[in-house]
Amino acid sequence: MTGFRLDKGGLIDRTTTLNFSFDGKVFTGFQGDTLASALIANNVHLMGRSFKYHRPRGVISAGSSEPNALVTLREGGRQEANTRATMVELYDGLAARSQNRWPSLNFDVGAVNSLASHMFVAGFYYKTFMWPKSFWEKIYEPLIRRAAGLGHASKEADPDKYEKAYAHCDLLIIGSGPTGLMAALTAARAGVRIILADESAALGGSLLNENEEIDSVSGLDWALAALSELRSLPNVTLMPRTTVFGWYDGNVFGAVERVNDHVAEPSPYEPRQRYTRIFARRAVMATGAEERPIVFGGNDVPGVMLASAMRTYANRYAAAAGKSIVVFTNNDSGKRTASDLRRAGVHVEAIIDSRKTAHLIVDVKGGKRVTGVELGNHRSIPCDAVAMSGGWSPIVNLMCHRGAKPLWNESIAGFVPPDVGSAFVAAGSAAGHMLLSECLADGARAGTMKGRVPAVPKCRDERFAVTPLWWVKESTGKAFVDYQNDATAKDLPLAAREGYRDIELAKRYTTAGMATDQGKLGNVNAIAILADATGRTMDQVGTTTFRPYYTPVSFGALAGPFVRHHFQPVRKTPLHDWAYELGATFVEAGLWMRSSWFPMDGEDWLAAATREVLATRSGVGICDVSTLGKIDVQGPDATEFLNRLYCNTFSTLAAGRARYGLMLREDGIVFDDGTTSRLAEDHFLMTTTTANAARVMAHMEFCHQAHWPDLDVQYVSVTEQWGQMAIAGPKARATLQKIVDDITLDDTSFPYLAARPVSILGGMQARLFRISFSGEHAYELAVPADYGSMVARAVMQAGQEFGITPYGVEALSIMRIEKGHVAGGELNGTTTAGDLGLGKMMSTKKDYVGRMMAQREGLQDPNRQCVVGIRPYDPKGKIRSGAHILNKGDAASMAADQGYISSVAWSPMLEMWVGLALVANGRSRHGEIVKLFDGIRNTLTYGVICDPVHYDRENIKLHA
Amino acid sequence: MLINCPHCGTRPIEEFTFNGDASPQRPQSQDMNAWYDYIYLRHNPKGRFDEYAHHSSGCRAWLVVTRDTQTHEVFAAVTAKDYARERGTP
Amino acid sequence: MKYSVFSLLKNTLSGHKNWAPAWRDPEPKKEYDVIIIGGGGHGLATAYYLAKIHGITNVAVLEKSWLGSGNVGRNTTIIRSNYMLPGNNPFYEWSMKLWEGLEQDFNFNAMVSQRGVLNLCHTDAQRDAFARRGNAMRLDGVDAELLDAQGVREMYPFLDFANARFPIKGGILQRRGGTVRHDAVAWGYARGADLRGVDIIQNCEVTGIKTNSGKVVGVQTNRGYIACRKLGLAAAGNSSEVAAMAGLKLPIESHVLQAFVSEGLKPYIDGVITFGAGHFYVSQSDKGGLVFGGDIDGYNSYARRGNLPMVEHVIEAGVAMIPGLSRVRVLRSWGGIMDMSMDGSPIIDKTPIDGLYLNAGWCYGGFKATPASGWCFAHTIAKDEPHKLNAAYRMDRFARGHMIDEKGQGATPNLH
Repeated sequence: MTGFRLDKGGLIDRTTTLNFSFDGKVFTGFQGDTLASALIANNVHLMGRSFKYHRPRGVISAGSSEPNALVTLREGGRQEANTRATMVELYDGLAARSQNRWPSLNFDVGAVNSLASHMFVAGFYYKTFMWPKSFWEKIYEPLIRRAAGLGHASKEADPDKYEKAYAHCDLLIIGSGPTGLMAALTAARAGVRIILADESAALGGSLLNENEEIDSVSGLDWALAALSELRSLPNVTLMPRTTVFGWYDGNVFGAVERVNDHVAEPSPYEPRQRYTRIFARRAVMATGAEERPIVFGGNDVPGVMLASAMRTYANRYAAAAGKSIVVFTNNDSGKRTASDLRRAGVHVEAIIDSRKTAHLIVDVKGGKRVTGVELGNHRSIPCDAVAMSGGWSPIVNLMCHRGAKPLWNESIAGFVPPDVGSAFVAAGSAAGHMLLSECLADGARAGTMKGRVPAVPKCRDERFAVTPLWWVKESTGKAFVDYQNDATAKDLPLAAREGYRDIELAKRYTTAGMATDQGKLGNVNAIAILADATGRTMDQVGTTTFRPYYTPVSFGALAGPFVRHHFQPVRKTPLHDWAYELGATFVEAGLWMRSSWFPMDGEDWLAAATREVLATRSGVGICDVSTLGKIDVQGPDATEFLNRLYCNTFSTLAAGRARYGLMLREDGIVFDDGTTSRLAEDHFLMTTTTANAARVMAHMEFCHQAHWPDLDVQYVSVTEQWGQMAIAGPKARATLQKIVDDITLDDTSFPYLAARPVSILGGMQARLFRISFSGEHAYELAVPADYGSMVARAVMQAGQEFGITPYGVEALSIMRIEKGHVAGGELNGTTTAGDLGLGKMMSTKKDYVGRMMAQREGLQDPNRQCVVGIRPYDPKGKIRSGAHILNKGDAASMAADQGYISSVAWSPMLEMWVGLALVANGRSRHGEIVKLFDGIRNTLTYGVICDPVHYDRENIKLHA
Repeated sequence: MLINCPHCGTRPIEEFTFNGDASPQRPQSQDMNAWYDYIYLRHNPKGRFDEYAHHSSGCRAWLVVTRDTQTHEVFAAVTAKDYARERGTP
Repeated sequence: MKYSVFSLLKNTLSGHKNWAPAWRDPEPKKEYDVIIIGGGGHGLATAYYLAKIHGITNVAVLEKSWLGSGNVGRNTTIIRSNYMLPGNNPFYEWSMKLWEGLEQDFNFNAMVSQRGVLNLCHTDAQRDAFARRGNAMRLDGVDAELLDAQGVREMYPFLDFANARFPIKGGILQRRGGTVRHDAVAWGYARGADLRGVDIIQNCEVTGIKTNSGKVVGVQTNRGYIACRKLGLAAAGNSSEVAAMAGLKLPIESHVLQAFVSEGLKPYIDGVITFGAGHFYVSQSDKGGLVFGGDIDGYNSYARRGNLPMVEHVIEAGVAMIPGLSRVRVLRSWGGIMDMSMDGSPIIDKTPIDGLYLNAGWCYGGFKATPASGWCFAHTIAKDEPHKLNAAYRMDRFARGHMIDEKGQGATPNLH
């Protein structure tokens, strides 16, 4: 052995040398290394600092449970904190940085915390930092926050892409060790559609790490042959680098595949990670078992690691953890490590097996690297690494994600998975079967969907026996239970003494199990120490709750492509292109993009909207109203259906006419409004507000299907089938007349509220409605969606001689406020028909949704806030939406609150600010001067309550 | 959670919109107490539960799904129409 | 034993062997003046204020599991008093005032941290609604500030101002809002109540409520029958099940709300931010984890876990708001059961049964309400009538038509 890289062996490619750096220092490794194995091969063990005491920490494990060796990788928007060095596949040019240290990993000022560690016991935060009161936020907390946390996250956008996928299979096998492979072979040979997923880059699980013998060949060769067979079968999907992170209802599994984390940057056409929801008819948990640390003094000094990890580094990566090793074990794993190390040429100085000796390790010597151990009999043994094994814990996590608790098994000294039914079964060492032969047999059993379980190959079994040793109580050094969070063995009895006896309370009080490894290594030890301190058994103490995510999952993977501008879909109206050509500014309205105003050179929104209003009210304007919900209702019972849905009556509406309708919720509050047209005896077209289109449709479906299933009526949303435009203003009729084919638009043949199919532009079938939101003589023209922009352009051309002006939702809103029409600000889900001044619409002659509950005292109270007009007392003054209304003489207080301003506009017609407001008993207060409290914008002005109709109260223009 | 829609087959939950307890029936009477019960009071058991679910991203049928509120096991799904017809008017 | 830096030093010298238990582990007595069902934040706070303010100390808090195992131990730790309606605002502001003095009051550092709560808005209509709400707060003497986009950018330059689907137009900020170490609230109240003589009985599940001629006389539990003169239900999440034992049907559905925490990070987000174009709210704990959540899953549930569609929805909104979160990892998610009421507001009231009092329907606003809820519930139980702060939270408000519906969603609990 030269250095710490073994001369031969390992699954590394010694012909491909990779350069990488750690904290700026350059090293080399080989293809097949992890960052951790490459650092070990370079004799670097100090890889991180702990959370609270900033103690020097080295790598403990060789897998995803690693709590210590967390590094930051990459730069800029790709910077990623807290990455486990044990899971990072080495690539050329990799640059890793250590975390939670200042100024450097080797010299960390934060380590002074260790000096006060006698005071910083579990829960000390809760007992102090309370005096003086203001110091918590000003002094203590900022200090604590700066010291806490691990790595730094980026604040830039991530340039990489992520995908979401769905997969379906008959059998999902999680874990590709001997159990998983045997299950996969069995199922695949029977033609079952399987997915085999494993978190590692290479499939094979423990067979890649251990010296085993199966079917007279090495475990590795057997695994490679099995994988090659699986790869050749069409019913098999292999998913390496894929962590199944959670089990959800319906046997749905969440999985993340690290598609490109093993390269510096993904190729432009590939995602960094892919999140898959796997729908499995059945699943096998073949996740193996996790080796536990022993809790003894100095068990965190760099160079102390799990025995299985140490032999994995030697066997798989040809990296020696040291030159001279001491093994500390309570089971047969220790011996196995010793023999593998010896075979690899590493010197094993001593094996301390707690089953054979009473003189256990009480302290590990060395600060940033092990220099020796001290035994209970004061004997010192020099060494540079310690392999520890406290027994094995079946990896039961996934099976406990839906609430079932694992059970304590005394014979293996571990928690085994609960029975959760046949759709998800545990197998192999995950089920507590610790011998290889048992794993193969169990895998075959789990992989058999029906019929007889096939025979499995013969193999050599390593002995498995364990006698629990949880905590070397005589330890002189600090003995850690949870490495990352610096929870020590003494913290748990302290928590119990203070009343935090339940494991869940103890966890929260000591933070044991709350680090980024979620207690994978430390929890069973914590449970045992708590059991001992409180005189309970392991079962009585029980585990904390296992929850997703098995290992942490990036936000990016779970968000997939639905980020930034793609967070939600964009809905564009059939008139979008037309509006875009005219330079419209668009605004988000739910998912819609609506044309908001059409600025001419240099205009701001107010100038543009003002011009649009003036042009419309004096000539003619055109506006895209396609976003209104449109529902086509047909059938013999259509009239009855509408009568029940709306509070006003539709049975009296003549064919060819439109009527404004008001819909209540069943609780008597206004739900929605809009015009409904009767196109034929049994055919209606309803419109809804833009915001409520989907909800109204769902409401109709509910009422019909759940309440009145025998009504013979059909209805469908046709919102997206029609482009609809309002053409409003004194010249609207003249404009439209030019494109309408066969009718004269006079008041006789097409009166106010007429609604009829028409032919336009020489034969296009359209619908024309003489309805008005602006208060002008106006029409809405609906055309098949694909013709929307084309027709809008034609209308523009027809109206050119009248100075036709496109207007957007800002002008629309100004005009509706001038006319006192209610909209979103007033239809806010808390107002009644009476509040809106529409109480007379509520029929007394029929049943309808909301009729009964609208009669409640609270909804009839004359002091309810109702819609009024509001204007500034000083006509030059401004009013703003959201201001509250107070009696003129009252000081500002909640008790004096009379209501608030719900909508405001600068009225080009009145040349002043006007608005609508909801004011207590407002209808009887027209003319009253009130105080307008807008404290949040530091203004207090006066206003006058008035009729909500600010403009053309006689509707002269509407009927002109 | 997967729901077996009578029209569409087994579909994932995100296709459905839930509307709670299916047991209250719209009263025929004008008794305000009956209306209060109908609008506001809910059967809210821990265990087996009949609830309205709208297949809003599917066939648009309202269903009555029988489900365990603790285990989320789905036992059955029928259309709200059939459910309404079967139980008749209150 | 009073907690202080001196007691900490003293105990350090004696090797921490002499700390007294924070609470006793008593056997239930045969009879109490008041029994509170539910050893969560609200129940423990109620017991604390019954003892401290009203001098009623013959009180038991019965908890079916470990104390604080309900929503007080599984929320996203946010406190605020930024409500709009008169029925709500004074109550939540009283809660905020109690938070501001709580730690000194119960001698336990619950890490009350007024880091500011910022709600983002993305449309003019949202901004108008924020102005209305902000003015309502100001009218009530509560701090509120309306920020424009530039104001938001100065606080949090790393929000997506460049390429957002829904551009940030501004926000409403309550600087006095913030976060509190949630478990410590339960512990602080438990310790304070215990010191004043309240029996906190864990692993004691109520299986029946016994009444006699329309009056409560006691409860059946898995540890035997316990008599009481008054019984308060503070079991949000399970309110319907507990109330059903007394024959009451409630205007409540139980729904699961998921919450999440990321791996620990160096300081990233100073205050609380809520997204206005999707369900997402986030803050960073003192330990460094980003604590965040979103909307309820939407179906009735008593399972304290949710499903993937909502997980994805929440995380999408998170990255939409803060693009830099993309490479941060989510560590753990869990669920809590919410009492979703019919108007989005709670109930603190007497019931038709003499001696039975109800504290329920907190939707997802329960944590911030803990002090005021306990304070008002204690008053309601002690005086047999609501305090004026909870006068609007009557159960009969639905029948009378006096709903307190901040969101305007009506009797559709999963939309509140």
